[in-house]
Amino acid sequence: MSERVNVTVDGIAVEVEPGTTILQACEAAGVEIPRFCYHERLSVAGNCRMCLVEVEKAPKPVASCAMPVAPDMVVNTQSESVKSAREGVMEFLLINHPLDCPICDQGGECDLQDQALGYGVDSSRFEDNKRAVEEKEMGPLVKTVMTRCIHCTRCVRFATEVAGVPEIGAIGRGEDMEITTYLEASLESEMSGNVIDLCPVGALTSKPYAFTARPWELRKTETIDAMDAVGSNIRVDVRGREVMRILPRDHDAVNEEWLSDKSRFVWDGLNTQRLDKPYLRVEGKLQATDWQRAFDAIATRLEAGAGQVAALAGDLVCTEGQFALKSLMEKLGSPHLDCRQDGAKLSGPRANYLFNTGIAGIEDADALLLIGTNPRLEAAVLNARIRKAWLAGHFPIAAIGQPSDLTYDAEFIGAGPQTLKELVDGKHGFAEVLAKAERPMLILGQGALAREDGAGIFAQALALAEKTGMISDGWNGFNVLHTAAGRVGGMDVGFLPGEDGRDRDGIIEGCKSGDISTVILYGADEIDRAELGDAFVIYVGSHGDRGAHGADVILPAAAYTEKQAIYVNTEGRAQMTERAAFPPGDAREDWKIFRALSDRLGVTLEFDTVDTLRTAMFEHAPQLARLDELVPAGSPETPVAALPDLDEAGFAPVITDYYFTNPVARASATMAACAEARRTRAKAVGGTGTDG
Amino acid sequence: MSVRRLHSEQPESFAFSQENLDWAATQIAKYPEGRQASAILPLLWQAQKQGGGWLSEPAIRCVADMLDMPYMRALEVATFYSMFNLSPVGEYFVQLCGTTPCWLRGADDLKDVCRRQIGEPGDISEDGKLSWLEVECLGACVNAPMVQINDDFYEDLTADTFERLLEDLRHGRDVVTGPQNGRQASAPEGGPTVLKGDM
Ligand code: SF4
Ligand code: FES
Ligand code: FES
Repeated sequence: MSERVNVTVDGIAVEVEPGTTILQACEAAGVEIPRFCYHERLSVAGNCRMCLVEVEKAPKPVASCAMPVAPDMVVNTQSESVKSAREGVMEFLLINHPLDCPICDQGGECDLQDQALGYGVDSSRFEDNKRAVEEKEMGPLVKTVMTRCIHCTRCVRFATEVAGVPEIGAIGRGEDMEITTYLEASLESEMSGNVIDLCPVGALTSKPYAFTARPWELRKTETIDAMDAVGSNIRVDVRGREVMRILPRDHDAVNEEWLSDKSRFVWDGLNTQRLDKPYLRVEGKLQATDWQRAFDAIATRLEAGAGQVAALAGDLVCTEGQFALKSLMEKLGSPHLDCRQDGAKLSGPRANYLFNTGIAGIEDADALLLIGTNPRLEAAVLNARIRKAWLAGHFPIAAIGQPSDLTYDAEFIGAGPQTLKELVDGKHGFAEVLAKAERPMLILGQGALAREDGAGIFAQALALAEKTGMISDGWNGFNVLHTAAGRVGGMDVGFLPGEDGRDRDGIIEGCKSGDISTVILYGADEIDRAELGDAFVIYVGSHGDRGAHGADVILPAAAYTEKQAIYVNTEGRAQMTERAAFPPGDAREDWKIFRALSDRLGVTLEFDTVDTLRTAMFEHAPQLARLDELVPAGSPETPVAALPDLDEAGFAPVITDYYFTNPVARASATMAACAEARRTRAKAVGGTGTDG
Repeated sequence: MSVRRLHSEQPESFAFSQENLDWAATQIAKYPEGRQASAILPLLWQAQKQGGGWLSEPAIRCVADMLDMPYMRALEVATFYSMFNLSPVGEYFVQLCGTTPCWLRGADDLKDVCRRQIGEPGDISEDGKLSWLEVECLGACVNAPMVQINDDFYEDLTADTFERLLEDLRHGRDVVTGPQNGRQASAPEGGPTVLKGDM
């Protein structure tokens, strides 16, 4: 590593890496530099000039964000000339800014407001007409008031660099420069909401949130997202009991500071279609009831003892709830439970079902193979990480599955297991690329696992990983990408068939044949009711979606923003959500429901507080106690059971409609509007849309 | 300058003629592999020529596709340079210099002629032959006032000569380019004043 450089900022000596910018050196010295265009996760533009500082021996103030440090540089940020430079820049910026803060949604959290207060002057000398810019249409998520734009181009750089959809740009020039998307189409991105956070002024704001709240009246809760298995860190802003908006939080190892559109804009789905009372099917119709009666109905049913009881867990459920239900099933003596409602053939040690490389680890990899996955739709934020690694260069990517635009160059080398087999046998060129790479990785998606021959494909993928040196000391390039926030937690607590227990397919089979007479669907909404035959269905969940519609008893539970619970992301990182709002009406936290039910059924569970529950759970899965840590999971192992023959069919996409993947999203009007916008757009551009 | 927008009515499609395609290939070949986007200006210019003096949205897309650029990037370039017309122009497109030297020498009179003969800036005359815009200095100030019509300069104009020029063009008559008052290039009016004798 090259020599570090000594710099003095306002008399404070700091030592920084060569190539550091003056602005970063100032930050290292604890000196704040005002800025608009600079953003540490975007390229440097150097166009706003707010970051001017004085550098000794330089004739003019220097834009600190764009200038690298030189040895023994002396920087002054407090001099008269810096002060007047800032005032000057600010005055120019405000000349064409409408100063409409009272009717602007950015008010209270606006960089321009803050910096005008800190570095500007209190009056303007400008007496002419201000320019006005027409609003631009950017789709159902991003509202524009372009007169407020200060042309920092953060949004342009984000779309081009991070999101990989170079659709925002600056047209015209000089005073007439305007930010717009091409022909004012909505951004074809699953990450478009991030431009709202990036925009330092109120030019790009959240359309669904428009004029609904001011930042200072919101109660902010730091929690974890459950819309995909990334485990993005979020902040949920609530007024009263209602979620008003969702914002990302920084977590360098997970979501950096980005958030996918579904995670960000799904909140109206949390306020609609909610189950706020228990329901009971009486003479074919669901009727509201109370907990007592609902429990009685279940007890009567189980006491009749006609057949066995089974349980399936869905995508959004928490670890505590799954552990409680699993414990209840044990008490009831039933081994028939499964958290893989999509039928994914995953089992074995932890390393078999985790994204072992880690999300941040993607940046260390030097070759990637995608198998039956479209990370752009399944884990948009993780996909941005792949793109980041790809942009950094020397990152060949190949994919097996249905071709689609992933925002980076991926060579689609085949459609299904056949190609995977060829790779294992070294018959395909990419096998050599993987073998030659120092830290190759593969990502196995649910599209490859949730099928009859899933276990066989898993074995092939593992064989390929072993053959090409993906698993070695200090590097594990074998990854499973989940789409369900609750899945890894479910696997961790062992929400899986017990001895002689039935898995998902077995349970459905049993329902049809009548061996299974009662099914508990715990947030499992992707199961076709018709397939469950005459079984008595108990639905435990938060939304009146597919699962609830076909149920005989409905027990209303909390959504992911309404409980303190552990979710484990696809990497195996256990993170704790916090309660941002209370569940509506009679709805209760999941584990409490199962505890109360166990009591009524006469098989009382041992834990009666969440702490005692967790103690029991941690005994079973100690890694869950280590919040926010990546506990090494060792090496994956080939399943011991006989492997099925590989089917020739290509891998089907896991997500066909990004905006409708779960009950919360399906309840959201915003998501529906997005899906509609995408359909119209796909039609307009003649079907070249990239939705999978 | 003013806000420049794509024209409200756009043709269905745009495709380069074979000849232009061949020419474009020579332009693109000038730049190293992976840097073909550098050829955007000549290509847009050629597209404008082929498109009758203006750039349509399909033409911008066509050029972007040829250079493997996002449409937005090509649109940025097309809107940045005022040499690209984003709306239709007349067969003879008059760019009238209104900057100080020309203005002092009577550019306003020329504008009046345009208003009479054609209409407001940007309007196309009814026969489709003429349209005009005011532009900044075109670098022929010595022969002010002047206009550029398509690829040629017409200098030392007066309202009368300009009016006649427009009429001639409109009727397809031959015209002389350059100074319209008999001046030789940018030599002094009435002939050389120095270096007249034998050397
Ligand atoms: S819209 Fe916002 S982010 Fe984009 S250039 Fe304008 S001020 Fe910057
Ligand atoms: S922050 Fe340095 S020029 Fe904008
Ligand atoms: S001022 Fe008219 S050509 Fe220069």
